[in-house]
Amino acid sequence: MAQITLDNIAHSFDPYPTSEADYALKSIDCQWEDGGAYALLGPSGCGKTTLLNIISGLLTPSNGHVLYNNKDMTLLTPEQRNIAQVFQFPVIYDTMTVAENLAFPLVNRGIERSEIHNRVTDMLQTLELADKADRKAQGLSADEKQKISLGRGLVRYDVNAILFDEPLTVIDPHMKWQLRTKLKSLHEQFEHTMIYVTHDQTEALTFADKVVVMLKGNVLQIGTPEELFDNPAHTFVGYFIGSPGMNILPAKISGKSLKLGSVDMQLNKGYAELTGKTEIGIRPEFVTVTSASEAGSTGMKFDIESIEDVGRQKIVRGKVEGEIVNALIDEDSEIPSEPYAVFNADRICVYQDSFLVNGES
Amino acid sequence: MNKPFNNKAWFFVLPVFLLVAISAIIPLMTVVNYSVQDTFGNNVFYWAGTEWFKEVLHSSRFHDALGRNLLFSAIILAIEIPLGIAIALTLPKKGIWVPVCLILMALPLLIPWNVVGTIWQVFGRADIGLLGYTMLKLGVDYNYATKVFDAWATIIVMDVWHWTSLVVLLCYSGLVSIPEAYYQAARIDGASKWKVFKYIQLPKIKRVLLIAVLLRFMDSFMIYTEPFVLTGGGPGNSTTFLSIDLVKTAIGQFDLGPAAAMSIIYFLIVLLLSWVFYTVMENYGAEKPDSRVEQD
Repeated sequence: MAQITLDNIAHSFDPYPTSEADYALKSIDCQWEDGGAYALLGPSGCGKTTLLNIISGLLTPSNGHVLYNNKDMTLLTPEQRNIAQVFQFPVIYDTMTVAENLAFPLVNRGIERSEIHNRVTDMLQTLELADKADRKAQGLSADEKQKISLGRGLVRYDVNAILFDEPLTVIDPHMKWQLRTKLKSLHEQFEHTMIYVTHDQTEALTFADKVVVMLKGNVLQIGTPEELFDNPAHTFVGYFIGSPGMNILPAKISGKSLKLGSVDMQLNKGYAELTGKTEIGIRPEFVTVTSASEAGSTGMKFDIESIEDVGRQKIVRGKVEGEIVNALIDEDSEIPSEPYAVFNADRICVYQDSFLVNGES
Repeated sequence: MNKPFNNKAWFFVLPVFLLVAISAIIPLMTVVNYSVQDTFGNNVFYWAGTEWFKEVLHSSRFHDALGRNLLFSAIILAIEIPLGIAIALTLPKKGIWVPVCLILMALPLLIPWNVVGTIWQVFGRADIGLLGYTMLKLGVDYNYATKVFDAWATIIVMDVWHWTSLVVLLCYSGLVSIPEAYYQAARIDGASKWKVFKYIQLPKIKRVLLIAVLLRFMDSFMIYTEPFVLTGGGPGNSTTFLSIDLVKTAIGQFDLGPAAAMSIIYFLIVLLLSWVFYTVMENYGAEKPDSRVEQD
């Protein structure tokens, strides 16, 4: 078990990178606590798998250092780092039985036979594969195979960390749920540091204590699901987390006053002089749709284009001052004939060149 | 078993059936026809029954040739299969050297059998051949025309040179299709190189390897051209394989009946041994059928 530190990690697949664009990972600095469950979240091609392989030692980064418990591991192999990794597609040894598969990493490390037997028996129970222990792994279903891949990591009690690379991609939806719950309970039981790569925000938010959001080789934000929801550090985080994502609108801000197109509003916090591209972000959850009389002075005319029913709530899509805005309202709330949108001033985030700016109250 | 029976399907099979009939079954039946009759020319035939089969099966000439064939195929498989796998493992998986290596590997396969025979026949001669001359200068008494061991060694080396590439290419195609994640997982599980080979590479190339074994077995068991070109089956009868003996019987002695019976026996042996290889390799490492039924 280990605390993992990434010290100024950068990686390029080109042996002679010439420009910033050649780097798949651009300068990543962060520290991950021992026993934490982290999710690396981002769109395809953002570098999350590259980062995972650098942490596990399958890749050596072009720049920077990987530290486990403050010991430099950058040049060590995965075996020497003592980590486990589960891949997107289940990897099993076809010719071995389920039990032999689970025993394999222990046998390779020369662990005593009785100890191997105990651990494998335990793991078969945990993974609910006991009845299939002596079957060839070849004939099992995809989720059972993935459980075996997972089990080969978990039988090594002393691993520094367990890394997952989109492990539930090939699993049926209802099994996904079960396996994810299983992972959570295993995490609580063994308290390994776990790092989980995914592009599915639901998976990330339910699995992890902290979510690391990545975009184009950069880490944009590391935070709890609440932090990502309340204060996205970057407009992309706001947009990527949440369903639908945060509304981002261009705005002019000076001090506490906000000008959105032709509408003036007051913010609760004051901002210093902002340069570059200034925008505000507001989550659809904090946009209310009311009539002109109830909206008051902060209401803005809302041109509704469509309404989608999503269970207990509905998404109202439309335009405010020519910009696209989504609102999330209760299923049974009425939409007036001349609707107005009101933004909850407490929940407005201000962005300068896409990055969050903190105001002073 | 209650599926509705649709006889129209037979019409779709008919063209293939006709083609196979003309190309294989009818010629084979002519051979069968010869094998049960005797003739003294003039297109007059006498019924001989199983006479020729008995004769062939009891002749020591046939036994000897069959023994040579089995020994030859066993040596060929024992050399070419491991060597082919070993070369395939060392070939690069990506980069500019891949096409270079593959083309070099494929070159021997493009050369016709009799040319291979001629190349080695000349190559091995002490007066004009590089190999024969070098051996002579090194003080090795090498002569494929008079020494049994040398003749065998030459034919085996010839075949290994000619056909190992086929095994290499088949194994290589199997190896490159193994996803990278398997190797990564093996590294993380702490597997040694030997274990990676035994538990990942070998099981994954099992199917192409089966094809390689079958092809090499059938081909080596039917060897004809190389020994024919090199020594014509000699020295003595030492490289007279079944195929050479068959041609001698049929065309040299014009004993059509025994030759036809021999052809059929030869064919059945190839078929039987191929089936044995196939069944053994297919079932090796596979789950026992009874446990599978129970689980499903």
